This record gives sequence, structure tokens and C-alpha cells, in this order.
Amino acid sequence: KKNFDMKNAVIGNNRQKANLIVLGAVPRLLYLLQQSSSSLELRTECAVVLGSLSMGTENNIKSLVDCHIIPALLQGLLCSDLIFIEACLRCLRTIFISPVTPVQLLYTDPTVIPHLMSLLSRSQHTQEYITQIFAHCCKTPEHQTVLFNHGAIQNIAPLLISPSYKVRMQALKCFSVLAYENAQVSMTLVNVLVDGEQLSQVFVRMMQRDKPIEMQLTAAKCLTYMCRAGAIRTDDNCIVLKTLPCLVRMCSKERLLEERVEGAETLAYLMEPDIELQRIASVTDHLVSMLADYFKYPSSVSAITDIKRYIDFNSRCNQLDHDLKHAHELRQAAFKLYASLGSNDEDIRKKITETENMMDRIVSGLSESSIKVRLAAVRCLHSLSRSVQQLRTSFHDHAVWKPLMKLLQNAPDEVLVMASSTLCNLLLEFSPSKEPILESGVIELLCSLTQSDSPALRVNGIWALMNMAFQADQKVKVEIVQALGTEQLFRLLSDPDTNVLMKTLGLLRNLLSTRPHIDQIMSSHGKQIMQAVTLILEGEHSIEVKEQTLCILANIADGNTAKELIMTNDDMLQKIKYYMGHSNVKLQLAATFCISNLIWNEEDGSQERQDKLREMGFVDILHKLTQASDPNLCDRAKTAMQQYLA
Amino acid sequence: MEKSYWVFIERTRVILTFMLAYKYASLQCSIAIFDVKNTYKTSEELILAIHLLQQDLQPLLAGLTFKELFTLLTLGAGSLLTGDPAFNYQEHELNERLKRLYPAVNEEETPLPRSWSPKDKYSYIGLSQNNLRVHYKGHGKNHKDAASVRATHPIPAACGIYYFEVKIVSKGRDGYMGIGLSAQGDNMNRLPGWDKHSYGYHGDDGHSFCSSGTGQPYGPTFTTGDVIGCCVNLINNTCFYTKNGHSLGNKLSALSFCPCLSFQPNLYPTVGLQTPGEIVDANFGQQPFVFDIEDYMSEWRAKIHSMIARFPIGERLGDWQAVLQNMVSSYLVHHGYCATAMTFARATETMIQEDQTSIKNRQRIQKLVLAGRVGEAIDATQQLYPGLLEHDPNLLFMLKCRQFVEMVNGTDSEVRCFSARSPKSQDSYPGSPNLSPRHGATNAHLHNTGADSPTCSNGVTPTNKNKSHNKYTGVSSASASSSPSSSPSSVNYSESNSTDSTKSQPHSATSNQETSDSEMEIEAEHYSNGVTESSTRIMNGTYKHQEILQADDNSVDDSCSSRQLCGGNQAATERMIQFGRELQALSEQLCRQYGKNATHKKMLQDAFSLLAYSDPWNCPVGQQLDPMQREAICSALNSAILESQNLPKQPPLMLALGQATECVQLMAKVRSGSCSFARVDNFLH
Repeated sequence: KKNFDMKNAVIGNNRQKANLIVLGAVPRLLYLLQQSSSSLELRTECAVVLGSLSMGTENNIKSLVDCHIIPALLQGLLCSDLIFIEACLRCLRTIFISPVTPVQLLYTDPTVIPHLMSLLSRSQHTQEYITQIFAHCCKTPEHQTVLFNHGAIQNIAPLLISPSYKVRMQALKCFSVLAYENAQVSMTLVNVLVDGEQLSQVFVRMMQRDKPIEMQLTAAKCLTYMCRAGAIRTDDNCIVLKTLPCLVRMCSKERLLEERVEGAETLAYLMEPDIELQRIASVTDHLVSMLADYFKYPSSVSAITDIKRYIDFNSRCNQLDHDLKHAHELRQAAFKLYASLGSNDEDIRKKITETENMMDRIVSGLSESSIKVRLAAVRCLHSLSRSVQQLRTSFHDHAVWKPLMKLLQNAPDEVLVMASSTLCNLLLEFSPSKEPILESGVIELLCSLTQSDSPALRVNGIWALMNMAFQADQKVKVEIVQALGTEQLFRLLSDPDTNVLMKTLGLLRNLLSTRPHIDQIMSSHGKQIMQAVTLILEGEHSIEVKEQTLCILANIADGNTAKELIMTNDDMLQKIKYYMGHSNVKLQLAATFCISNLIWNEEDGSQERQDKLREMGFVDILHKLTQASDPNLCDRAKTAMQQYLA
Repeated sequence: MEKSYWVFIERTRVILTFMLAYKYASLQCSIAIFDVKNTYKTSEELILAIHLLQQDLQPLLAGLTFKELFTLLTLGAGSLLTGDPAFNYQEHELNERLKRLYPAVNEEETPLPRSWSPKDKYSYIGLSQNNLRVHYKGHGKNHKDAASVRATHPIPAACGIYYFEVKIVSKGRDGYMGIGLSAQGDNMNRLPGWDKHSYGYHGDDGHSFCSSGTGQPYGPTFTTGDVIGCCVNLINNTCFYTKNGHSLGNKLSALSFCPCLSFQPNLYPTVGLQTPGEIVDANFGQQPFVFDIEDYMSEWRAKIHSMIARFPIGERLGDWQAVLQNMVSSYLVHHGYCATAMTFARATETMIQEDQTSIKNRQRIQKLVLAGRVGEAIDATQQLYPGLLEHDPNLLFMLKCRQFVEMVNGTDSEVRCFSARSPKSQDSYPGSPNLSPRHGATNAHLHNTGADSPTCSNGVTPTNKNKSHNKYTGVSSASASSSPSSSPSSVNYSESNSTDSTKSQPHSATSNQETSDSEMEIEAEHYSNGVTESSTRIMNGTYKHQEILQADDNSVDDSCSSRQLCGGNQAATERMIQFGRELQALSEQLCRQYGKNATHKKMLQDAFSLLAYSDPWNCPVGQQLDPMQREAICSALNSAILESQNLPKQPPLMLALGQATECVQLMAKVRSGSCSFARVDNFLH
């Protein structure tokens, strides 16, 4: 009876709820709830009151969780009375869907999930609450696995055709979180039949345009995740003709801001790896220009305060707050989608950059306060930077390197990765931005990136340096070597990441080009470089790495003075000989190239070198190679042989 | 059931046999005599017939596929007499698809486009493949050599949303192709989009042209192998194009790339070609569309329904409520639901115009009519509303005709008093007069629906009793029975009202079986069940009864064998025949007074035809005996009474419904596309 009064007192009144909690009602209620001696009616009332308390503020929920309400309620589910179970589940649902509740609490007791699965058959209410709990508490691959192993798919699939909309919707949400980046779940899902119909067809029906938007969107997410997990082909009609158009519709102006954000993000994810989907999306419903609308919400704080000063009406303010809250989300979603759209096709990139004020928007996006927006903007920029034409034109016109450089000074790693990767493209030799970037003292920055713990950052740093060194002035090369330091250079040559090693070798190769540069660098760092080359050729490395190293050696052999570093190193010559007889043509070619450089006529001391190499048996090998089946190798060997004949 | 099934099969067999003969003799199949269209009302029936025949006529049809049979039958339907079976099958598919897509279109008034028009085209255009394929046959030097062709018919507004597709078979030399719309009278020496009232999407540059020589960037280019669609939305007056099943969109932020089809003449599907070798194929519904147009339509249907459901009523909530209450109340009063109306009035604190006794009187009369006791109803009307029927001889005639039918049925009191059948429970006729009819079940008969006052002996003779000779005298004679069971088997009837029980006397009319031709003719008639039609000139919407039939001991659905003419009583039959003569005389008198009346004649003929069958309930005109048929006359009588009391003869609810239906039809006429998704039926569940 007391409870009954309590229930009426607290319903809909947050302050009363807080008061009750402060007064210590929760432990008392929990005590009554757990007491098997109290009447079922009383226990149910307790669960109802607790459920009402949990509907309050986040603080309320925190206090409830602190009082160990979750184990108590889970315990209550073991009771056989349906009304009581439903009251407990309702309360659990409210608590678990709150962001302040640690989802892990659902998984601490391993008997809970199987028991919840068994309760799914009890009533529409249990179905609704349990699926809602699952949908909110499945956050990691481990959670997915636990639910999957307890038969979530078989138990929840029939609920997709439940007469209750809420149940259908929560079941659908469950599948979307279960299938996300999970090949096992996705592969299982495609083979599930619901009432004789394939699950993918059930989802397709849920995407029909007269269905509620929420349902269309969630069904599209399910199919997207199944597709990305490899369970559905990207050219399947249910993706090309149903999911993709549905997601494009979700981006339209008629949809709510939240729906537009989710739609754009899902669409970006769906078509990221597939150029055909990107092409289709780019012409569907004018998506590219539709996305431009995503930027038409207040963007800077000053503008907001200005507007707020002028608008007194509460409703307008609420609307504005709502818009503001979503403005960042909208922008980052649009950037993501643009990034995905433009990741492969040159025409689409052109279309994007030609969209009204697009480059300006990206530039200002790079310096926005929200990290999410900055990251998305730089992703978009990166995607567009793969276009030679855009690098030459719009990128230069809008001086995108400036905000990019600024972003590189101080940003979290994930932003840095994208930004430095973009910078790599901006430093390509045909990019007009290369010069101003060089002048802005980027070398130091890039060198510091090579010392990062993140392999991706190291790759990007060294990659950028490599691009920078390509056909660069002597001055720049010297600067790079000095700034990087030989010690760091050699550290990178023994980097565990093959990508880093490859790009470092690439940098070396670019540094060691044109004769004067070769001689100069080799005169100062020759010893270390030869050591490193030896080390790599002796080590266990991929063909690509060894080929690159032999190419460096060939470059060294092209120097005037540098040649001698090889000629005096018999061990090295033996190695070259070995690679000339290697089974891999690429390595043979690179090694032959190296010898060819060494014995080249018209250069001082060529006769002596030719003699020495003849003595070592190189002529025989060359002779053999002139019979090689590979035409390139054959030519190369013949050219080398001619040096002897001349 | 059994019998009709065999008739059905037999008919199909005859038709097919003839058709096969024709086919093998390779004669022109102009089989107008076989009105297949009237034999099979729907394609489902047709398909069923074919399936049955395939089992039934194995030897005859050996080697013929379903498709060939289908084609043969549809050939007979006189649709298109070409020798290509595939085409006829396609034709059938086309009709089905168009019906499904555009249910609101009345093709008799506004036919849908089905092919390109061989007349409405420029001379550089060539047509083939049943006028669906278009090819260019000009020089194609420059834009002056452009040529277009329009479809046979414009797009009816009642479509709401219209869609067609064109497949690019070959892009020819330059692929200067335009797909779109144009108005009649537009120059055909142009591509769609260049002139006023014309719109087009062009393949060479992907631009959209909206009544202008310069296009605007719209979508991708298109070429050989692509399927281009054009969708006209007559609800928001826009149009958009599709490529290979993907919508290219119609709304743009800064610039309007899309044609705004506001207030303009009828638009025709149009294609234009400009260089040699260009060939395109149209799909007006012959094949499934690549783009999911039905899904698009479903979105708009949902939109319009929710718009109607959420129509804002704002501050005037109170007014609306009063109006609605009034409508409900007046509807209840009109139909004589007296107690319900009183309760409703009390609950909603509204007034009822008519006084209770008047309502009860009407209710009583209606009950009588619906119970099939038309004679008593006529008497009661004459007592309570003297002069009413005298002033309305049409109504009186209709009532008497019905009375005759009820006599055949054995329900009218003039024959019931002979057969001495009265309901098991006296007070069983439920309060609502509309409860008795059984909808849908054609064979359901109410043998006895007794009223509260079982005074059956009131054989009051009708007033206009000018005796004359009946032409039909010879038709029915009490001959030997064809049905062995002599008494109603299912119910224990109380004998309270019986005066002359001769029910054991078997009785049946001699049957002179009609030829199947005339049967077909009669079957083709439409009985619009559940439609309250009065003699009023107001167009009424169809109104479907929603009352749930209550399980009622009295509405016994007797088995066929127990039903006999006039309840199987000879005296009653004689009385019926006498009454028939009187009716004939009345008809002749009316004819003299008011001139010939085709409706009357037909009504009389139909009623008398009942006597021509051994089992009137299962004969082609047997539908008349269905208790549901009482509703129309009941409602007419009710309206007449109300009118005589200076009350509205139609309840406002029905007027509103009729009005709404009319409005929707009017919308189609003024080219407002939303009418197709705002059909009144959709809201009457």
C-alpha cells in the first residue's frame, strides 16, 4: 500500500524520484523485491516503482546501479510469474539503455543471457524489452559472439514478423548490431529463413518506402553490414537496387537530421570498397548536391550567439539547439560520404570539388573544434587528393596545405594519419603545393613522425620524405639527411613494418639519384649505407625489398667516386653475382643493372673494373643471361656485354 | 457449386474446340460469337479454366502449352487478332500491370498509353514490333533532322503517378536521343524538351531540357543497353528520370533542374531521335519495370493517407465533434435504430429531430421488408402514411414486384399463411433491421424471419387490383416433384400460425431449361450488392454494410433440398399466380398512365422468370431471391417515408460519403493527381 502511494507520487516527477533515492528508498525496495516471503503483488509493485525511478535523470540511474539493482532484477527474472518478470524486465531495459550503465553488467553472470533467450517466448513485452536490451548492450565483437553462441539469431529471427511493431523494430535493431563487422553472424544471417522467406528479403520488405523511416533505415543498416562482412555480394540486387537507393533517400532534406546523419554514414560505409556502388550513388537522386545541404546549418559559435540574441521565441530556440547539436554530426557525415564517394573515380571527385563552395568547406572543416569533423574533413581531402587533376587545380587554388600543416602540428593520432597521408599526395612532384610546403619547414615535422610509435604514422612520415626527395634539389636532399640523421635512417631500415622499410629504401633511392648527389651523399654516409645494404641483402626480406635494395646499389654504382665503394667490397660483388643467378627475374635485372653501371665505358677506370669483374666470372654470367627468356633481362645483359666488346 | 463448375467447364470446352478448329484451319480468328470476355470476368477465372481443361481434355489439347491455350482464349476475347501468341500473352500482362498500377483510371474515359502512335510522329521515325520499337530513318545531319513520336494517348491525371521506360537498343551514330514528355500539337521535328510544354532527358550530354533549347546538367549520359525511365508525379507536378533502375532525382537545392508540370495540357510519353542507327524500345507496362515504381507509389500513397489522417482541425475541434455526432445520430435515426439513437443522443446530449413513434413506425416497416414480408409492409405503410404509395406508383410497383419475388421465396405473408411456417422463437428478429442479410453467401436464404406480431392471416388485398390475363399462366404448374424431401428438414417449426398445412405436398415448377446463350447474357448482368440506391438523383457512394451478422437461430441457412416454390404449398402457389396476374395488370396500367418504362418491364420479367426454373434459387435470375436484394427496396421505401415527413431522404452521412466520392472523381477531371491515392474506399474498413 505504501508502495502504491509511492508509485503515484513519483510517476512523472523527477524531483520526487531524486528525493526518494536520497532518502534511501532503493535498498528498502530492493530488499522487498528480493524477499521471497513477500507477496508477489508487493514484489511486482517494487519492481514497478524501481522502474519509475529509473525513468528519471542519469544521476538516478547511477544511484540505482550503485545499489546493485541489476543483479537483484536479474535474480527476479527467475521467478515464474509473468507480470513480475515483465516489471523487472521493463526496469532493466530502462537502466541498460542509459549511457551511464556499464553494459558489461549484462555479461558478468554467464547464466543471464541463456535465461533471457528462454524468456523471449513468454510474451510480446518480454520480447520487446529483451531485444531492446540486447540491441543496446552489444557493443563489442565479444558481446556479438556471446549472443550468437546462445542462439540469438534463431531466437530473434521469428520476431521480425511479430504483430507488434515495437518487437519487430527492436529485433531488427538487434540484427544490425549483431551483424556489424561480424562475418560469422552475417554468414549465418543470409541462410536464415523466416516463415519460409530469406532474411535478406524480409529486410528488403522492411525497406519499402511506405514503411516507417526508422524501420527502413535500420533494415538498410542490416543489409549494409551483411554486405560489408562479405555475406552478400556488392552487385546483388538487394544492395544495388534496394539498400543503396534507400540510404540515398535517407540523406534527403525531408528526413530528420538524425536520420540524415545515420543514412550518410551507413551509405559511406556500404560503398567504401566498391567503385561500382560509388558510381551508382553519385548519380542517384543528385546525392552529391544533396549533401551540400548538410552544411547549411549554423557552423561557428559566434554566428550562433548572434542568432540566439535575436531570437526570443522558445520554440525557435529549441529548434536551433537541435540544429546546433546536429550541425557537427551532419558535417562530419557529409565529409565521410564525400570521402567514400570520391575514393576511386576521377569523375566523381571532379563532381565533388565542383559542388558549391566544397573546397572552402573542407578547408574550414579542417580547423573546426570538433575532432570528428576535422577527421572527416581530412578524410575527404585525402580521398580527393588522389586525383592528379585536383592536386594541380583546386588544391592549389584553395591553399589546402596551410590548414593541413596546422592540423599536423597538434592533433590526435587518427587525424595525424589521415593528414600526413594527404600530405604525401600533396608532396608529389607534379603538385604545385610542394614548393610552399617545403618552405614552411615541413621536414622537421615529417622526421618527427618517423619516430612515432604508430606504424601508420612512421610510414606516412617516411613516405612524405620519399616523395619530397624525388628529383629534389641537392639542398633539399641534404636537409632531409641532416634532419633525419643517419642513425634514424638506419633504425628505419630495420623497422619491423615492411611498409616503413620499403619507403625508407625508396627515400634512399630518391636521395641517391643524379651523379653529383650520389657521390656527395656516399662520401659522407657511404660506409653506413653500404653496411645497411649488406644487412638487408643478407636478411630475410621479401623480393620487393631486395629488389629495391639492389636498385639502390645500382644507383651507387652510377656515381663517380661511389663506384669504388662497391668495387673494393668483394663480398658485395659476390652478392651481386648471386642475385644475377637468382630465380627471380626482377632481382636478376636489378643486379645486372648494377654490374652494367660498374663496367660502363667512357668513365675513368672502366677498364680496370671490367678486368676485375671478368676475373670474378661476371662475363660468363652475362653471357648466360643473353640467352635468358625474359627479353628485358636479355637486352640488359647484351648491353653490358657490349661494354666489353667496345 | 457443382453445377456451375460444369457449366463453366462445358463452356470453355466448346469455345476451345472451335478455336482449335480455327487455328488448325489457319483461318482468321474473328470469333466474335464467343464472347470469352463475358464468360471469364477475370484472368484468374480464365487461368483456372485452362488448368481444368488441361486435365479434362487431354487428348484434344495434347501438345498445347498453357501459354498457347491462354493465347487462344484471349484471341477469342477479341483483343488483338494477330498470330503471335507471345504478343497476346504480353498484352494480357500489360493489362494486368496497368490495372494494378493505376486502379483509379477509368480507361473508357481516359485510355492509358500502350504503344507509340503511328499517326503522331515525324516522318523520320519508323515504328515496328507492335509500335513499341522506334528507329530513326532520316539523314541526321543536324538538329533540324530531329524527329519525335508520341504515345497513342496522354497520361490520365487519375494515374497520380505515371511511369514508362525506354531501352536503348542502339545509340546509332551519335546517340542524340531524348526521352520525355510533350503535349499534343508540339512540333514533331524536334527532340522532347526543346519546345513549350515539353520535357526531355538527353543521352548525349545527360542534360534535362524543360521547354527550352538549352539544357541544364541533370544526370549521367546514356547509351546502348541502358534503360531510361520517366516518371510523372501529378501530385506535386514534377517529373524525374531513372537510369537502369536508379532514380536520378528531381529536387535540387540551388537550381531547379526539374520541370514543373503546373497547369498544362495533357502530356504524352515521347521519344526523340536525331542520328541514323538510333533504336529504342518502349515499355509501357508490357514487361516488369527495371525501376521499382510500385515502391515509389506506395510512399506517396502512405503520404497522402497520413496527410488526410492528420488534417489539422485546430481550434474548431468542438464544431467538428458536434457535426460528427449529428451525422452519427441522424444516420441511426434514418435507419430506425431507435434505441441506439436514443442512447447515443443521451450520451452526447444531442437532439433528435424526429419523434420516437415515427422512428419506430419506420423501423417496423423496414423490418417487414427485410424479413421478406413485403405485403405486410405495404399495408403498414398505407395505414401509417396514407397517400404515400398512391403518390408514388413507381415505388408501389417496385414493392409489389418484390412481394412477388418473396412469394416465390415463400416468405411473404400471403403465402406464408398457407405454408404455416413460423419461427422457432417469436421475438427473435433482432432490433436492427439490417441484421438479416447475408452478404456474400449467395445461396443463403432466410426462410422465416418472423416478426413480433405473428398475425399472418391478414391477407389484405392490394388496392390496385385490376384483373387481367397473365401471359405467364402456363409457365408454372404443379407437377410431379423433382425433390424427394417434402418437408423442411432442418427446423422444428411451431405450428401456431398454421391454417392449412399442406407442406408435405411436394411441389415444383416445370423446368424449361434456358439455352446457355441466354444464361450467359443474364450472368453478364451486374448485381451491385450492398449498394443503397434510391430513386434520388443524388449520386451516392457505394456503402458497404459493416454490421456483423449475429448468430441468429432464425436465419437458418437451409440446405437446398428444403427450399421449394412458395414454401411448397399448392394453395400458396395459386395465390402467387393470381398475384402475378395482378402485378402484370398494374404494370399495364402504369404503362398506359405514364408511358413505357423499361426498368419496370425488366423488373417484371426478371421476377416472372423465376418461375421458369425447377430450382429458382439456383437459376440465373435466382439472385433476386437473395435476402440482400431486399435492402435496396427497403431503403427506397424508407427514403420516401422520410421525404413525405419533410425529413431528409438521405442521411447526411451518406450524402457526405457520396460527396467525397464525387469530389475524388472530380479531382481526376481537373487533373489533380492525388485523387488516385485518396479513394474513399481506402478509408472504409
